[in-house]
Amino acid sequence: MQLTNLTIQEASELLKTKKISSVELTKETLKRIHDVDKKVKSYVTVTDDLALKQAKQADERIAKGENITPLTGIPFAMKDCISTRDVKTTCSSKILENYVPQYNATVTNKLADAGAVLVGKTNMDEFGMGSSCENSAFFNTHNPWNLNHVPGGSSGGSAAAMSASLATFTIGEDTGGSVRMPAGFCNVTGIKPTYGRVSRYGLISLVSSFDCIGPMTRDAYDCATVLEAIAGHDEKDSTTYNSAVPNYTKNINKSVKGMKLGIPKEYFVAGMEAGVESSIQEAIRTYEKLGMEIHEVSLPTTQYGLPVYYLLLFAEASSNLARFDGTRFGLSKSENAKDVIDIYLQTRREGFGDEVKRRIMLGAYALSAGYYDAYYLKAQKVRTLLRRDFETAFSKVDILLAPTCPTTAFKLGEKTSDPLEMYLSDIYVVATNPAGVPAMALPCGFSNDMPVGMQLIGKHLDEQTIFQVGHAYQQVTDWHKQLPLI
Amino acid sequence: MTQTIDTKTIKHVANLVRLGISEEEAQKFSGQFSAIIDYFNMLNEVDTENVIPASDVANAENVLREDVVKPSMDREEFLKNAPQSERGYVKVPTVLGEE
Amino acid sequence: MTQKYEPVIGLEIHGELLTNSKMFCGCSADYGSAPEPNINICPTCTGLPGAMPVVNKKATELAALVGLALNCSINKHNTFARKNYYYPDLPKGYQISQYELPIAEKGWMDVNAGDENQLKVRVRRVHIEEDTAKLSHEKNYALVDFNRAGVPLLEIVSEPDMRTVEAALDYATKVRAILRYLGVNSGDMEKGVLRFEANISVRPVGSDELRTRTEIKNLNSFRALTRASQYEIERQIKIYEDGGSVLQETLGWDDVRGVTISQRGKEDAHDYRYFPEPDLPPLQLSDAWIDSIRNQLPELPEAKTARFISDFDLKRSEAQFLTSEKSLADYFESVLSKSKSPAKAVHSWIAGELMRYLNESNLSIDDLTLSPESFAKLIDMTTEKVISGNSAKVVFNEMVKSGSDPEQIVKEKNLAQVSDEGFILETVTKILNDNPKEVESYLAGKDTLLQWFMGQIARTTKGKADPNIAKELLLKGLEERKK
Ligand SMILES: [Mg+2]
Ligand SMILES: [Zn+2]
Repeated sequence: MQLTNLTIQEASELLKTKKISSVELTKETLKRIHDVDKKVKSYVTVTDDLALKQAKQADERIAKGENITPLTGIPFAMKDCISTRDVKTTCSSKILENYVPQYNATVTNKLADAGAVLVGKTNMDEFGMGSSCENSAFFNTHNPWNLNHVPGGSSGGSAAAMSASLATFTIGEDTGGSVRMPAGFCNVTGIKPTYGRVSRYGLISLVSSFDCIGPMTRDAYDCATVLEAIAGHDEKDSTTYNSAVPNYTKNINKSVKGMKLGIPKEYFVAGMEAGVESSIQEAIRTYEKLGMEIHEVSLPTTQYGLPVYYLLLFAEASSNLARFDGTRFGLSKSENAKDVIDIYLQTRREGFGDEVKRRIMLGAYALSAGYYDAYYLKAQKVRTLLRRDFETAFSKVDILLAPTCPTTAFKLGEKTSDPLEMYLSDIYVVATNPAGVPAMALPCGFSNDMPVGMQLIGKHLDEQTIFQVGHAYQQVTDWHKQLPLI
Repeated sequence: MTQTIDTKTIKHVANLVRLGISEEEAQKFSGQFSAIIDYFNMLNEVDTENVIPASDVANAENVLREDVVKPSMDREEFLKNAPQSERGYVKVPTVLGEE
Repeated sequence: MTQKYEPVIGLEIHGELLTNSKMFCGCSADYGSAPEPNINICPTCTGLPGAMPVVNKKATELAALVGLALNCSINKHNTFARKNYYYPDLPKGYQISQYELPIAEKGWMDVNAGDENQLKVRVRRVHIEEDTAKLSHEKNYALVDFNRAGVPLLEIVSEPDMRTVEAALDYATKVRAILRYLGVNSGDMEKGVLRFEANISVRPVGSDELRTRTEIKNLNSFRALTRASQYEIERQIKIYEDGGSVLQETLGWDDVRGVTISQRGKEDAHDYRYFPEPDLPPLQLSDAWIDSIRNQLPELPEAKTARFISDFDLKRSEAQFLTSEKSLADYFESVLSKSKSPAKAVHSWIAGELMRYLNESNLSIDDLTLSPESFAKLIDMTTEKVISGNSAKVVFNEMVKSGSDPEQIVKEKNLAQVSDEGFILETVTKILNDNPKEVESYLAGKDTLLQWFMGQIARTTKGKADPNIAKELLLKGLEERKK
């Protein structure tokens, strides 16, 4: 039995019955990280000492039989944009290369309280700006299924680490597909919850109105387990929902028979890789066999999702990234600064990568006098139409199924020269974020030996149905059980 | 219709977000921005008459905090990350002009 | 000012709100009494990555209260926005403010425009925002203290309705009084809790065009507001008279040199790129909530003035003086309710002796320990002529020092006024007999000596002689000596 390949559910059972210890599991995970991550490069920071300390505490907790949760003693990795006190949090940016937060994100606290064991922080596109992890200021992360390919982005490190069994679960963050797209590329299960379901406090903001922290796991059941632990109202985040978090795993086995599955026709257009299309069609047939009613639905605003998403991203990001000014934390280029403006200009010039520079300048442009109505405001209005699309669809069906990406993971360097080309790879995942609806990516096949992902999109706050439908699929298929040989 | 974003505009927006950029970079961004903005102009096709912007709605309304004082964070802890400090203050280079 | 031009003045008033905690975090808002820099701070108000704002409930209540007091309508749906600019006192690189939908708008205030004319100044909007950190400029660097960063601030913006500096000054004074009446701001300008910004343009009298205006920032006293506005009006008039044109710009006020100075290089900063604050949901206020705030409104200076005039038969200027501060008006009413004397007498004691005492000892009405009961008793003893005016002043000074009862003091110091004609006549006769030269001079036409004789009487009787009787007897005695 290879401990690092276990699901949370399996590992938790072994821990609770004291067949293994958390220290054992954690050491095994750390060992694999030190062996394998040389090739994958999914971690920015590995927290060996902290992990062993937390594992020991978890074992004590289990020994006493006190306050044991399904995550107690489970090793996990976290995307490096979520604040961890006394552990570097870099957003894979030079500007935060040596930044050690003085406080914990709410999610960090919740996981610590549950007894989960932090083994490290994972690589990402700088500040979440990218779809391939190639915008990390530090290094590229490689797809464990083929090291010449990208893992997807921006949570590429979390997806690759999960895929290569370098943690029992990972935490990603999805602003416009950043959990789902890399999950699809790396053959893992990952959810972008409803906007406001998980607290953003301590998450270094990219787009305040889109950002969603979400788990990446081996399967839907684990995904439900982790989301249950991190979701909920937070008085420090005014945009979180006040409603109670359901016990997602409790009803996960309920039959999907008779439920209505919607297939948005706008997501099946020319340009989709043949192997992707056939995998998705196969998944639809599987659901049909499970007794679901299949309905074609229309999300007519879909084609405008990408410009809406990117315009609002640019605008909010240009403001969210203003605080990185070299005066209170992070990189500071003050050597020859003759005044404070010099510090701003030099620190930000040196600290930000090209993609970040591009996006914050475009954001300033979209918000500046004379352009606000044409770009920012227009995008907010079309965003309303995107939301209505989903509302209309969900008045007819219970859940939607769509691919996560038109292609499988592309090669490293393939799209880096053309930013617009790179943006287009997000075409299927971005619309859910402006709409705020939850969506889970899960493995559904292979095309040219690379994983294919599909996503299940649900109604606001209806993660329950997503887990149920995803779990049903994973009970009759084993795509999610395929592991890369690495 | 192609909308060109010239280097003058690039330098203006770079200054708005306090980014030092070179002439060369301005040239490079100018080409890229024109293509991107041109792509975004497809939104003009969408009829949004009488559509309320989405920014005006939210999950929750009236999220308010009681006016209660919570403990402050430790000053030394705060200043630990500051590049420069002096006598408990954050120190920055000369500030020109008054806001 | 010449006859040809008239100024067009609008004011922006920034007032901090007296809350316990800051606008968007739980740090103490009391930066004024913080003994050290950066001790009331947290991730939110220092702009650390990932920290988020949460709205202070009390601050929204106080803001609505001010809006209602300024006759504004409350926007039931109001939103926060980001105002983006870079400055080391602004930790996030944006200020959370209200832009498109402020909490209150479209109000008005009655203002004295000088020469007894009343002017209705329209209040454009009242919005909530956060204060900045405090910068201290040293020789080659600057120091930042975040204790003030995030303190709730109200911005009250008037329409450009004022045509004289006097009107602007009266508007500012009245807004300050209202904020103090509501208890939302101490009005302590020296501490910077209230700051003015004047928008000024000038135009030919009779014209109704709005010409290019300048904005004078950071006026920290009424004096600065007055001087800066006067200076700027004259500067602009001179420009027009010289055939030039006024530049739209932001100005600072140099209090030492008494000039406005251009703050160049800020053109960019004016593209604030406002957009709705995505970290904060809109505020949705119900009618019931607004009514409950309205019910908290105290009687405001204007209403109180009107009531004092009609109920107590005071002159407008007298009533306005008494209502300029709520605690002063309260004290007046308290004394009056315990006194048998007319309101005019109580007013003149407060405007006279009490104010002199407070000014001399640098105290405010709130520091006063003199109880309204004792003060009322003293005033009554004067109106009933139990003691003379001069004695009353002695008693007053003793009362504020020792806090003793006025009757006690009168008894101890033997100050009770004497109206016994026999006793007074005796004194008068003695003085006339002792000073034959003065009597002779008086009778020769030197009238001013009458006062001197009165002084001698007061001195001899230690101020106890009823001055009316004394004067009558003195004149009689002098008349007799003529023969
Ligand atoms: Mg303001
Ligand atoms: Zn704070």
